[in-house]
Amino acid sequence: MKPVLEARNIDKYFLDPVRFHVLKDINMKLFSKEFVSIMGKSGCGKSTLLYILSTMDTKYEGELFIDGQNVSSYSKEQLAGIRNQKIGFVFQFHYLLPEFTVIKNVMLPALKLGRESIEEIRAHAYHKLEILGIADMAEKKAFRLSGGQKQRVSIARALINNPKIIMGDEPTGNLDKKNSENVFNILRELSQELDMAMLIVTHDLDFAEKTDRILEMDDGYIL
Amino acid sequence: MRRLYLILEISKTHLLSKKKQTIVAALGVTFGISMFIIMMGFMTGLNDLLDGLVLNRTPHIQIYNKIEASEYQPAVLLDDDRVNFIHSVKPKRRLERVHNAMPIMAELSNDRRVKGVTPQAMCKVFYLAGSNNLNGIINGIEVDEEMRLFNFKDYIVAGDANSIEKKKNSILLGAGIAKKLSLTVGDRLQVSGTAGNTYSLTIGGIFQSGMADVDDVQSFVSLKMAQQILGVGGSYISRIHVKLYNIEDAVPLSKQIEQLYDVKALDIKTANAQFETGSDIRTLISYAVSITLLIVAGFGIYNILNMFIYEKMNDIAILNATGFTGDDVMYIFIMQALIIGMIGGASGIGLGYLVSVFIDGIPFNTEALPTIKTYPINYDPKFYFTAVIFALVSTFLAGYLPARKAQKLDPVDIIRGQ
Repeated sequence: MKPVLEARNIDKYFLDPVRFHVLKDINMKLFSKEFVSIMGKSGCGKSTLLYILSTMDTKYEGELFIDGQNVSSYSKEQLAGIRNQKIGFVFQFHYLLPEFTVIKNVMLPALKLGRESIEEIRAHAYHKLEILGIADMAEKKAFRLSGGQKQRVSIARALINNPKIIMGDEPTGNLDKKNSENVFNILRELSQELDMAMLIVTHDLDFAEKTDRILEMDDGYIL
Repeated sequence: MRRLYLILEISKTHLLSKKKQTIVAALGVTFGISMFIIMMGFMTGLNDLLDGLVLNRTPHIQIYNKIEASEYQPAVLLDDDRVNFIHSVKPKRRLERVHNAMPIMAELSNDRRVKGVTPQAMCKVFYLAGSNNLNGIINGIEVDEEMRLFNFKDYIVAGDANSIEKKKNSILLGAGIAKKLSLTVGDRLQVSGTAGNTYSLTIGGIFQSGMADVDDVQSFVSLKMAQQILGVGGSYISRIHVKLYNIEDAVPLSKQIEQLYDVKALDIKTANAQFETGSDIRTLISYAVSITLLIVAGFGIYNILNMFIYEKMNDIAILNATGFTGDDVMYIFIMQALIIGMIGGASGIGLGYLVSVFIDGIPFNTEALPTIKTYPINYDPKFYFTAVIFALVSTFLAGYLPARKAQKLDPVDIIRGQ
């Protein structure tokens, strides 16, 4: 089986304030339906790795394959397209567009992709919100929601284009125990049902232990 | 199309969430645009008025007899080898009438560039009033044609312009003379020609051009009457006035006339060069002030958009993360600038028009301009069109620089910064 995400010999340096080797020869594979968490101490480079794997950070050495394509040499525009279609991102801080309604927030990536009519997209977005149990919030402005609700909206947004991979940067970091369990269960179910791979950076050991595989990072290496 | 809709949608939401700043930015444009429209409307209205004062009444080409010394003196023909010095050359005495005036007029009337031709017979007279003899000039005119071509009727402030056509011994008296001699319509006036013969004329109307120099000496009678005062025949014509369809033809046609006939032809450009210069400079000043206002408004937009972008850093990062390109982000902010420009431009046009209408209604009575009752305003759509272009270009430029910055923002830097 082909991996949906593969990193080969990735090295990353910070140049400011001094040259610093953050990621050292990272090799990893992620398969469909797999739920993988990345753990490590603060500053070990796990977020940095995630940004590279998500194609937002392009200043690295090595090769990155997403869904079989070598994206290391893609232009910024091409990478934006890859993110739009194949990657859903859930941030620690809920990162919604605060002045937009919940449903608009969810619809935006699909509108950008532009494959379906606006009505179809709206129906899909509503369906995703239903899956996450917040359909009744659809027409509210995003900034009026609670933290847990916002995080669920951002998961719905990550799902809208039916991506291959969902990446999360401490998606439960800002949530209480109950909410974070809730989020975990949702992600767990989705990876099975919707045929997606999950790659989640987390501090939360309870969270990580429930995942299929833990990538432990220290000092720029995957242990 | 889809992309445009999306960008428009995001821009709209951003602007609506910052109503106050959006309105302030748009007001800057509104102010600049409305000032531009008001200034241009008022300035060019005034320009047209002043130009009209002179240019509408001034014939495009005046044809008269030239009195000047001949360039070729008989001595020149004598021998080529010698150099002749001739001092104190005087022009030959000639009649003031235009030679062959009737054929020239007939010929010019057939030219397709010519709108009309009017003959004039000018005589110098004295206006007699008791023991006063006032110097004056009486022009014999064909009043119908003068009204058609040179808006002659606008300058008749009392009485009837046609009276000189209806009654031969009627006169349209200059307002200055009428005032000096305490005469009104219906009164009688004695004039004496240069030959000494005296005529008694009825005042059929009062003529006021708005220029005191003219109103103090000038009066009008019918062409026949003037010829009678001069004591000459019906073919005596001292001046031919030509009105053209296009004023630009004045210079070439006047040259052609001078070549064809033994006359002097003066075109309007040469006769009134200073008017165009004045108008041009007034227009230039209006443009300079308006552009300055728009630049100031542009800086306002630049500032507010810069602020927007700092406030919307997170949005930019999210949009980038979810697949929007740097260009999309740039267009979103340019679109916001353009929307501000359009709102400001549209309301600026409205405000400018309303203020123009208001100024147009303010009474403006002046002795010099008998036909004008309120301030003159030019409603030329050209200015409104230019204003819109100005508004869009200046807001685009003001939006482009911050938008470029937004395009180059690195989402990773923004997210890390949290």
